[in-house]
Amino acid sequence: MAALVFVETDEKKAKKSSLEAVSYGLAAKGSATAIVFGELAEGQIEAIGKAGATKVLHVSDSAYVQPSIMSYASAMAEAYTSEGADLLVLAKSSLGDSIAARASIKLNASLVSNVAELPDTSNGFKVKRSIYTGKAFAMTEVSAKDIVLTIKKNAVPVKEDGAAPAVEIFSPAAVDGDARVKVLSQEKATGDVLLPEADIVVSGGRGLKGPENWNLIEDLAKTLGAATGCSKPVSDMDWRPHHEHVGQTGIKVAPSLYIAVGISGAIQHLAGVNSSKYILVVNKDPEAPFFKAADYGIVGDAFEVLPKLTEALKAEMS
Amino acid sequence: MKILVCITHVPDTTSKIAFTDSNTKFDKNGVQFIIGPYDDYALARAVELKEQTGGTITVLNVGEAETEPTIRKALAIGADDAIRVNAVPIDSFYVANQIAAVAKEGAYDLILMGRESIDFNGGQVHGMVGELLGIPSVSPVMTLDLDGNTAKVSREIEGGKEFLEIDLPFVAGCQEPIAEWKIPNMRGIMSARSKPLTVKEPVNDETRTTLVEYELPPAKTGVKMIDADSINELVNLLKNEAKVI
Repeated sequence: MAALVFVETDEKKAKKSSLEAVSYGLAAKGSATAIVFGELAEGQIEAIGKAGATKVLHVSDSAYVQPSIMSYASAMAEAYTSEGADLLVLAKSSLGDSIAARASIKLNASLVSNVAELPDTSNGFKVKRSIYTGKAFAMTEVSAKDIVLTIKKNAVPVKEDGAAPAVEIFSPAAVDGDARVKVLSQEKATGDVLLPEADIVVSGGRGLKGPENWNLIEDLAKTLGAATGCSKPVSDMDWRPHHEHVGQTGIKVAPSLYIAVGISGAIQHLAGVNSSKYILVVNKDPEAPFFKAADYGIVGDAFEVLPKLTEALKAEMS
Repeated sequence: MKILVCITHVPDTTSKIAFTDSNTKFDKNGVQFIIGPYDDYALARAVELKEQTGGTITVLNVGEAETEPTIRKALAIGADDAIRVNAVPIDSFYVANQIAAVAKEGAYDLILMGRESIDFNGGQVHGMVGELLGIPSVSPVMTLDLDGNTAKVSREIEGGKEFLEIDLPFVAGCQEPIAEWKIPNMRGIMSARSKPLTVKEPVNDETRTTLVEYELPPAKTGVKMIDADSINELVNLLKNEAKVI
């Protein structure tokens, strides 16, 4: 049997989380077909093949350039059926989550979200999903024959040795009612590392004292190829945009390294970072609760520690 | 304007998460239950929309009798009446079916809920309800403004926002900063006691997932403190111990 995998793009490139989803689909089912929408940069079909897809369905119709929850869900359900798939895999994202829910109803499928590991298929089909905002896991068994999964970052590594895939142009049938949502425009930072995708995240809190000091966070992030984040008070005070807010009611991140500077570590913030592999905390208050959740800690003033750390890393990496 | 706001009854964000019965049951001992924080945003926006356009707000919860204090709080915040579907919310599909049945009966113009619950974090129910009813669903919604039968909505995307226009009715999964959380005042609390709360029996018992077992992540082994004057030692640890740079 085969997995159908949604490959989401950002600036015409396959997102790394989607390549993980392709490798997940292959590992779970032994065969993966990818579905991708819109224009692609050079080399992207090959990248999807390397991750494990033997076939790529390319929806190139201009009506599908703008991402849409409704029409993408319809297209995926149609492709799933025509490809004879029995698993649909999507990387967790603001688009993927919503598509997964609608597609699961169209396909009469079981849906499991935030899957953290490959399935256990020794007896039925069980997957481990993250719950309580990263504070626990639940082993979940599906009962339907068809299955939709959204997977968390780092559920599997990206395979890198797949062959060049077959490419087919896929033209989904238009579904009545899907056009009821009109996308007017998008407002998006370009060229930045996307926060939920990043392997390293550098976040700042109130300890930075004001938005004018964010160059210290940005310099460190740039040196590491990292994304920048912030605490809730910082986003509430409009020092930084909401899409950088990491925490319970903001973005949940799962990088290899999370660096928190001048953030005390309220439980709501920790809920957004507890899937990080390593956490480094810089805070001038030795009693900051964040140190209890950290792997590495430095007690010190952000304005002294950050420039020194950036310089030392530049020297190390050059 | 008839607005349906679906709320979850979930452990407070600061709750200690523990399990009993060989890791098959959530330990409710000492845990305070609240309206899901995202649902609270949805409710607050519904109250604001009602102030602007008039109409009614019905709050809906799928849960057993223990959720009624949470439902009363939503009534105190500003909902006009409430429906409790008397059932354990077994999985998203089950809950979505209950909501869809209530929604069909009530012919609501707008169905609001949080982008996800904070216990299972699935973020599935709004999309499922939309599909079950054959109407649009959008999430995570950051702003929602009405202009007659059309809504202008912005939703968060990775790295930014997307602006949409949708004709009513539709389902929205909400998050901040759609509205400021509202704290019930004394008048609200008093009037909530007499507002109608209807209990309905579930309509469809189909589920599609079964929870086999809970598991807690391994505990952190403790923080390694590094002197602010020994930055090179930190760089060495990040490179050779954590292997993250």
